[in-house]
Amino acid sequence: MAKEIIKRTKLEIAKSPEGLEGPGFFATKLEDVVGLARKNSLWPLPFATSCCGIEFMATMASHYDLGRFGSERLSFSPRQADMLMVMGTIAKKMGPILRQVYEQMAEPRWVLSVGACASSGGIFDTYSVLQGIDKIIPVDVYVPGCPPRPEQILEGVLKIQEMCQNESFRRRESEEYKNMLNSYGIE
Amino acid sequence: MNTSSSPIDFLPILFMFLVALGFVITTMIASHWLGPKRKTKIKLDSFECGIESEGNARLPFAIKYFLVAILFVLFDIEVIFMYPWAVNFKELGLLGVIEVFSFIALLLVGFYYMLSKKALKWEE
Repeated sequence: MAKEIIKRTKLEIAKSPEGLEGPGFFATKLEDVVGLARKNSLWPLPFATSCCGIEFMATMASHYDLGRFGSERLSFSPRQADMLMVMGTIAKKMGPILRQVYEQMAEPRWVLSVGACASSGGIFDTYSVLQGIDKIIPVDVYVPGCPPRPEQILEGVLKIQEMCQNESFRRRESEEYKNMLNSYGIE
Repeated sequence: MNTSSSPIDFLPILFMFLVALGFVITTMIASHWLGPKRKTKIKLDSFECGIESEGNARLPFAIKYFLVAILFVLFDIEVIFMYPWAVNFKELGLLGVIEVFSFIALLLVGFYYMLSKKALKWEE
């Protein structure tokens, strides 16, 4: 019955990870299961400061529908968010605020930098604009464009999902990761 | 057909409850135990849209603001109650008029009390 419905509606179901299968049981690595769960239930925290935010609204709306990828639940508090989506020009005055929001996010956290301004300052090569958010926080995926189309934002989210799935369980505890955070001055 | 049942027949339901409760407790403990954590001072600070919090939130503020807000809510509700009355005015008839007017009269007593206490005088 369930299989019929899936066939008829062309629903795509997440593939189960590799494991030992038998009648009535399925054994696999915990890491794979956690990766699968994280991948398909990313909660985004939108940090929209300018026009890329408008593209993000289109991405969330019915036509492009980020909800199809398990991210329909936007979090406006960093406490329950997994993915920080920075969309738009970040002025230097906004920098510390963005950083505070990043630091208050729950572990594990990912950052998606959407658009030219967030990624590199874009056309605003001036005294008041931060030349890329990676000057203050670590970024996982950059989405180019001025502004990028919703498809491009979706592609970026899918790339982050890939990272979630393949991330080692111990990565966030590793020296390398801690050194990387320390290089940003984040504990 | 045997229609009588003994308490022992309901044992599976008890098991079901135990399993349901056990599943919830296990998942909560497991997610706390397995999830990565990083507890720093900044992270545990209260969240105020990324802006550093200044001072204590429990500051004394003028009671007038609170008073005006509460009084507004009170008479706001009174107006809201008039809408259904207006819609059903003809069906409710004279009884409705009497009931709503007595309700308004009760609130007017409060309004008189409010004025006598000078609750709306900002300068005093």
